[in-house]
Amino acid sequence: MKKRVVLYFSAVQSEQPIIYQLIKNTDLIVNILKADINPQKEGYLVVELEGDKDSYEAGIRFLKNLGVIVEPLSQTVVWHDELCIQCGACASFCPTQALAIERDSMIVSFDNSQCVVCGMCLDCCPTLAIKLHFELQEAV
Amino acid sequence: MTKKSYEEINEKIRRGEAVVVTAEEVIDVVAEKGYAKAAEEIDVVTTGTFGPMCSSGVFINFGHAKPRIRMQKVWLNGVEAYGGIAAVDAYIGAAQVAENDPENKVYPGRFMYGGGHVIHDLVAGKDIRLEATSYGTDCYPNKNVDTVITLADVNEAFMFNPRNAYQNYNCAVNLGDKTIYTYMGVLKPRMGNAAYSTSGQLSPLFNDPYYRTTGIGTRIFLGGGIGYVAWNGTQHHPNVQRGENGVPMVTAGTLALIGDLKQMDPNWLVGLSYLGYGPTLAVGVGIPIPILDEEMLRYTAVKDEEILMPVVDYHQGYPYGNHTDLGFVSFKDLKSGRVNIKGKDAVTTPQSSYPRARQIAAILKAWIQAGKFELTQPVAKLPGADSPIEFKSLPDRQPSGAVSMVRNRR
Repeated sequence: MKKRVVLYFSAVQSEQPIIYQLIKNTDLIVNILKADINPQKEGYLVVELEGDKDSYEAGIRFLKNLGVIVEPLSQTVVWHDELCIQCGACASFCPTQALAIERDSMIVSFDNSQCVVCGMCLDCCPTLAIKLHFELQEAV
Repeated sequence: MTKKSYEEINEKIRRGEAVVVTAEEVIDVVAEKGYAKAAEEIDVVTTGTFGPMCSSGVFINFGHAKPRIRMQKVWLNGVEAYGGIAAVDAYIGAAQVAENDPENKVYPGRFMYGGGHVIHDLVAGKDIRLEATSYGTDCYPNKNVDTVITLADVNEAFMFNPRNAYQNYNCAVNLGDKTIYTYMGVLKPRMGNAAYSTSGQLSPLFNDPYYRTTGIGTRIFLGGGIGYVAWNGTQHHPNVQRGENGVPMVTAGTLALIGDLKQMDPNWLVGLSYLGYGPTLAVGVGIPIPILDEEMLRYTAVKDEEILMPVVDYHQGYPYGNHTDLGFVSFKDLKSGRVNIKGKDAVTTPQSSYPRARQIAAILKAWIQAGKFELTQPVAKLPGADSPIEFKSLPDRQPSGAVSMVRNRR
């Protein structure tokens, strides 16, 4: 199985080699997608954890026992209108018509409520106007 | 019969009386009034296109350092510019990949920053890091320069694009069974999509299919400023199959364009990253077409449904020359979002921005109406549809020296 989660660290935890221990103890494949530590040394990691179900659950248990807060990842796609040149390439890849072209004017628009965050549009936007945004809580 | 000279049209522009319409608007005027009446009333039709044009770039003269340097290798924000011209001149090409880019080592590469992005940042007035190296000479002793420049600092910066405004282009599909990453964008397997790049009825050379008024010296909209047609573009290949309206059915004419970068606008020169392919630049081009007579008016009234483009397979056909005949599709169908190719439906993926093309035609119209932009008669014609230009391929010959003249120096 493969899951994406957000790990929130306190200042004390962020100085520990937690990811090293996670990999060593559970044999999970850990892919760090995004990371940040604020000046107060609190921080978060967005990680993709890959492995069998037992390893995954053991890994989550291990993290929670250390006091790391584990949240499911909630992502949204953000369309930066100011970077968009209105070519419309994205609309042909969008399975839900969240990104759509109004055919008379050929103008592209984005309806967030229709978006299922499949990420197809990220690859085909030549101005990189479409970005994946990780919803993050305030670090604890 | 309507006959107007360039001078008569310019006189009307100066008086603020010229009738100017865009290449979209002219279609409605013709529908309402007919060709003869429309030709009599309309003086100028404006066109526009805004899409990726790799064969673009900028010549820059940086000014001399103290002590002077004969720049041999030049980088702008880590992207190499060609320095093989005079001491502090260089050419930054739109498709140049950044020096430390991972390219396609992790496939498909992202090409986040390249020559097109440097040009966009220059026009936007941003700070650009200039690094240059050399071997040192008596007259140019400096071997190393590392500084920061802006567009305002350099002596000259002029865009010179060897090939823009392609008259017609392939509609790209993928007949293979895995996704491919091309300069026409991401192509889904088994003809999952059909990519195209043109502004159709708004596109400059569809409105002047025989290059009657577009020639060397024609004043144009280029990148938000004023530019000129400098020459025919590279791969200008006008003697191809054409429809009854004169519109080529395959890739045909091209234009080499020139203009002062210092007058241009970052909105109309935008750096692009093509996944798995490389960086490039979206260039805005608009060309005014004087309605000298009814024939010119008829050309400018071309409609999307009268423009056909060939469907080309980018799995085997384009890269390896193993072509499959996939016929033609009309720009009208491509714009509808779905086309039928040999009995199979495919969604269409635009690469060129139709809304931006429309804006360019409107801006150029406004410039002319305001008397700020007069038309120019070409000083020389481009090679026409009857010129015996051959579209050549690279010869495959056996060099006499066994050792490569370049590879062993790396």
